[in-house]
Amino acid sequence: METIKLTIDNKPVEVPKGTSILHAAKGAGIHIPTLCFFKLGDMPIENRPGGCRVCVVEVQGRRNLAPACVTDVTEGMVVKTHTIRALNARKTVLELILSDHPTDCLVCAKSGNCELQTLAQDMGIRKLHYEGEQSHYREDTSPAIIRDMDKCVRCRRCEMMCNDVQTVGVLSGINRGFMSVVSPAFEMNLDHSVCTYCGQCVAVCPTGALTEVDHTNAVIRALADPSKTVVVQTAPAVRAALGEEFGLKPGTLVTGKMVAALRQLGFDYVFDTDFAADLTIMEEGTELLNRLTQFLAGDKTKLPILTSCCPAWVKFFEHQFPEMMDIPSTAKSPQQMFGPIAKEYFAKKIGVERKDMVVVSIMPCLAKKYECSRDEFSHNGSPDVDYSISTRELANLIKQANLEFDALADEDFDKPLGESTGASVIFGTTGGVIEAAVRTAYELHTGNKLPKVDFEELRGLAGIRSATIDFGGLPINIGIAHGLGNARKLLEDIREGKSTFHAIEIMACPGGCIGGGGQPLHHGDFSILKARQEALYREDAGKPIRKSHENPFIIELYKEFLGKPLKLIYINPSHPEE
Amino acid sequence: MSSIKVELKQCEIDKIKEICQSFNNEPGELINVLHKAQGHFGYLPAEVQEEIALELKISVAKVYGVVTFYSFFTMLPKGLHPISICTGTACYVRGAEKVLDEFKRILNIQVGDTTKDGRFSLSCLRCVGACGLAPVVMIGEKVYGRVSPDGVKDILNEYS
Amino acid sequence: MHLLVCGGTGCKSSASDTIVENLKAELEHNSLEDDVQVIMTGCFGFCEQGPVVKVMPDNTFYVRVTPGDVKELVAEHIIKGRKVRRLLYENPETKEPVSDSKHMGFYRKQIRVALRNCGFINPENIDEYIARDGYSALAKALGELSPQQAIDIIKKSGLRGRGGGGFPTGIKWELTSKFEADQKYVVCNADEGDPGAFMDRSVLEGDPHSVIEAMAICGYCIGASKGLVYIRAEYPLAIERLKIAIKQAQEYGLLGLDILGSKFSFDISLRYGAGAFVCGEETALIHSMEGHRGEPTVKPPFPAESGYMKKPTVVNNVETYANVPVIFNKGADWFASIGTEKSKGTKVFALAGKINNVGLIEVPMGTSLKEVIFEIGGGIKNNKEFKAVQTGGPSGGCLTSKHLDTPIDYDNLIASGSMMGSGGMIVMDEDDCMVAMARYYLDFTVDESCGKCSPCRIGTMRLKEILDKIIKGDGTMEDIDRLRNLSSVIKDSSLCGLGQTAPNPVLSTLDNFMNEYLAHVKDKKCPAGRCKSLMIYKVIPENCVGCTACARNCPVNAISGERKQTHFIDTSICIKCGACIERCKFNAIVIN
Repeated sequence: METIKLTIDNKPVEVPKGTSILHAAKGAGIHIPTLCFFKLGDMPIENRPGGCRVCVVEVQGRRNLAPACVTDVTEGMVVKTHTIRALNARKTVLELILSDHPTDCLVCAKSGNCELQTLAQDMGIRKLHYEGEQSHYREDTSPAIIRDMDKCVRCRRCEMMCNDVQTVGVLSGINRGFMSVVSPAFEMNLDHSVCTYCGQCVAVCPTGALTEVDHTNAVIRALADPSKTVVVQTAPAVRAALGEEFGLKPGTLVTGKMVAALRQLGFDYVFDTDFAADLTIMEEGTELLNRLTQFLAGDKTKLPILTSCCPAWVKFFEHQFPEMMDIPSTAKSPQQMFGPIAKEYFAKKIGVERKDMVVVSIMPCLAKKYECSRDEFSHNGSPDVDYSISTRELANLIKQANLEFDALADEDFDKPLGESTGASVIFGTTGGVIEAAVRTAYELHTGNKLPKVDFEELRGLAGIRSATIDFGGLPINIGIAHGLGNARKLLEDIREGKSTFHAIEIMACPGGCIGGGGQPLHHGDFSILKARQEALYREDAGKPIRKSHENPFIIELYKEFLGKPLKLIYINPSHPEE
Repeated sequence: MSSIKVELKQCEIDKIKEICQSFNNEPGELINVLHKAQGHFGYLPAEVQEEIALELKISVAKVYGVVTFYSFFTMLPKGLHPISICTGTACYVRGAEKVLDEFKRILNIQVGDTTKDGRFSLSCLRCVGACGLAPVVMIGEKVYGRVSPDGVKDILNEYS
Repeated sequence: MHLLVCGGTGCKSSASDTIVENLKAELEHNSLEDDVQVIMTGCFGFCEQGPVVKVMPDNTFYVRVTPGDVKELVAEHIIKGRKVRRLLYENPETKEPVSDSKHMGFYRKQIRVALRNCGFINPENIDEYIARDGYSALAKALGELSPQQAIDIIKKSGLRGRGGGGFPTGIKWELTSKFEADQKYVVCNADEGDPGAFMDRSVLEGDPHSVIEAMAICGYCIGASKGLVYIRAEYPLAIERLKIAIKQAQEYGLLGLDILGSKFSFDISLRYGAGAFVCGEETALIHSMEGHRGEPTVKPPFPAESGYMKKPTVVNNVETYANVPVIFNKGADWFASIGTEKSKGTKVFALAGKINNVGLIEVPMGTSLKEVIFEIGGGIKNNKEFKAVQTGGPSGGCLTSKHLDTPIDYDNLIASGSMMGSGGMIVMDEDDCMVAMARYYLDFTVDESCGKCSPCRIGTMRLKEILDKIIKGDGTMEDIDRLRNLSSVIKDSSLCGLGQTAPNPVLSTLDNFMNEYLAHVKDKKCPAGRCKSLMIYKVIPENCVGCTACARNCPVNAISGERKQTHFIDTSICIKCGACIERCKFNAIVIN
């Protein structure tokens, strides 16, 4: 590989050709501040419009300052990152950005987690020398995401996520000059657009311009209401990331502490969405086998089947591929399977009326908030799941309750809806749903026990993956995509008749739910995603039961309440016996 | 950008399709398509942009992003007699501002607006290239040179 | 005999169309239509005196002709051979009519290279272009020269980009020629956006074939078969003539497949700008041509490597191309003999503002500002005092009397704190306030900033606000420091040329007219008497007869006083509209 020699702040540095000054400096232990720059882990996606100009450095012989993020090194280059000229420019530019930014940091949702705030601190900005008109835009509140563009710094990261990574195309730069901003077409509200609420824009926004709709107060009110029985369900990916909000190392599993905290918060029953994930496998797995049978009987339209547990993915599909609506599984997502089971089955079991039960979900996801609001998931105006809060919001609730999270002793989920298998835990990562489905479908199809439940070939973080699993002599082609842009590629193949997959798992967010829009911010660092992923596989490996169909409470649920699989999806939640 | 709501007739949708097809539905031709569409409709209401996005297979947000970037494109219909005041430097130093003020005063509208009766709209442009005639005002295609604030009334009277 | 009628935008706006119609009708009426040809040409340059009609071959130059003059013109000049004295250009000093345009001060110092055909040929007739050596340069390049040899000629000529930056054209072509690609592009930047500049428009309107020929030569040099002209949609006449010219060139086999049997193929299509000044920047222009928002991207990669559709692309402006065919026809040495050491050839300027001879001029590089303003431009209008000349549009700066002897070239202008820009040249007199002028340009930049980078998006806004504050009389000395620091940071850290040069009008006025800033800040006065907020309307008691005319006409009731008593203006209410002064018959109201 061709290398380039240069000096940065008098340090000799040698880096491969094509390296930016920013990366070269980082390698030499020199941290040049950035704002708009964003690199999404191992994916070939970098946001470096060169727009914020915070990373400008002095390059000997160059007329003006160079943006480090987007200037490649050249042989013999002499870079100085902290001359008075560079520092003055950097500070002035930052002051300019701050001069067009509200100063309500104390009450901003992003406070403490805001990259702009951190920069202002790090650069010792104490006074703004420039002030004047500020740009104002209408605030936009949707079921999941709040856009307060007064706080936008035009880094364009959200635009990049929405267009390049997710290919949803809701956001674009609009207007120009001082009034330029990122917005949906015609400055319409997000809920009028084709937004999937995947929340990846929120996950990368450096400031408080994009935040989630906060339901913590509603949850607090429900918990304080003595007439309500408040049930909580926690999604698999939450336990692998929540600890980060309390300073724990990425990948620390905090399942037991999370349960303890939820109980301390006052939830009457602490259940696990994992239980519903096992149920999903029963439903989706059965549907897969049914469709496989029809497929093998000659109806080639029956496969592939696509997973349907990700609400952002479902919404993406509805908008972008409406003519292919019979391809995805008809199974509801675990969150929405849990809702009616809690309100119709469990409520009856404990003698509580539906109206007196509040179901709260803790999700790594923002689309789940929107999913709760979909008409088909409520009964006479009463939603199956009342509130969905993100991992970040849960952390905030725990802090508000003055709990010392790290010191909590581990506790177990309540029964029956807290019991789950290893298969359901890995729902939280890309490849996990399909692996869980394979474990069950294999055994149901072949009638044989799996010799080994781990399917390494389905794991990883590559955007599109594929593997062929031998179902007792029948090769089943599995496709996996995470990130909606990758999903689109697989869908276009299906549309063009080029796809050879029998089953495809799709998750909207890069990494799957571990990288969801409601998770602690990973700032594009894929090592954090990897650590979360490993944590989930660890939890799976440590579970006594690792196949959904072996979950004794699932078996009991079918026996007592549901009857056979494949009814849940069709039945009206209030009349399960139909 | 403020806009008004319209409902496209089938023939108008067909027209948009025809325009897009004349550029092979090439997304790279977006700006040329928008020029043609504005030439036909007089402005670019949201519904026209949506249809163009559909035809060129690009996001509406992108179309809107382009429309709002270029000052030539407008989402509001212009007046029957669109008035453009040149505010290029030559006209500026020869008093274009005062002429503009006079138009604003008489028509009682701001730059970018259209009079209530829809007869006149007011906009500024940067140099029509007739600096010898500065300050210059254009009404429709007609160019008025060496306009003074006193002459504004007479010019407008031509259109009443 | 030929009658050349100027068909530039300025003259067309003054009914030169009707003049042509009337001339033709009148000639026909006198059965002279076969002897005398009426040709509508491109811009003559002398816009101040338009509409212009020139009689060839004797160079008689009639100015400010109206359609009503036609009858007399034909009867006297054409039929009787007597010049119509009242329509001749008058020497401003001697007041004598000048019969031959060669003797006019406006033309005497000019050398027309890029504008060589403007005003001489009918731009809508390719034969007239060919008759003046048109397409012989292309034929020479294709027939006798290898692409590298052709590039070497341009390199040797010393031609630099006329769009503002001044990058050597030959080197640009050579760089692009070196990159391998299945397709390359030749782009002509005709998105002239400087307020007060119309050079490119005049060339395209007056001599479109010179640009087409040059683009084809460039295509041959770099190995491109496609050319694109990015032209302002607001230039309908230029677009029309360019389209006609392209069609004619195609019909003559000078564009299209296998041009002149050389196996070289080249064609040109148009792309329309849509009103964004930033699209003059080449990366923004390319994004715009691709159907995107015209936001610039960081260079490198330069268009030579990755331009339109990510293919190697040459972007030159109209005037640069217009120079190319002459260089082949007359030789690189001839071209290099004109101009200064580092700036060869000529430069076209759009001369405007407070000057007698507004128009389009072309002078050799190295001509002094004084020669341009006082000899060609005929000095300042209404015998006022020269104050400043602004070159380079919003990217340039204001130069003052101490720069009058500076020979105009790329490097001298930059050294003086301005720049060549595309060729706008605006002259200002004692009535122009330089702080207001800086603000005018900042207003433009704020309007035209694409908003992509923070220093330009927010910084120019803050500059404008500080200038506003000063103009309103609220400025402080700290504001002047802030103007300086902010300007230098914007210059140093903006993404593209627009931002990097946006502070120039501020910096150059700070350098050259600090006293005016100080007057606004310290004395709260505008020396030019232009800044409204700093004016105070006062009644001179001795002159006031108490007629109440002023009070009756004051729109805000700021004037009080009994009939036959001295009136009084409440300055806290006064909006300085000037209505009172207009009404006062006794000179009893003054502005301080």
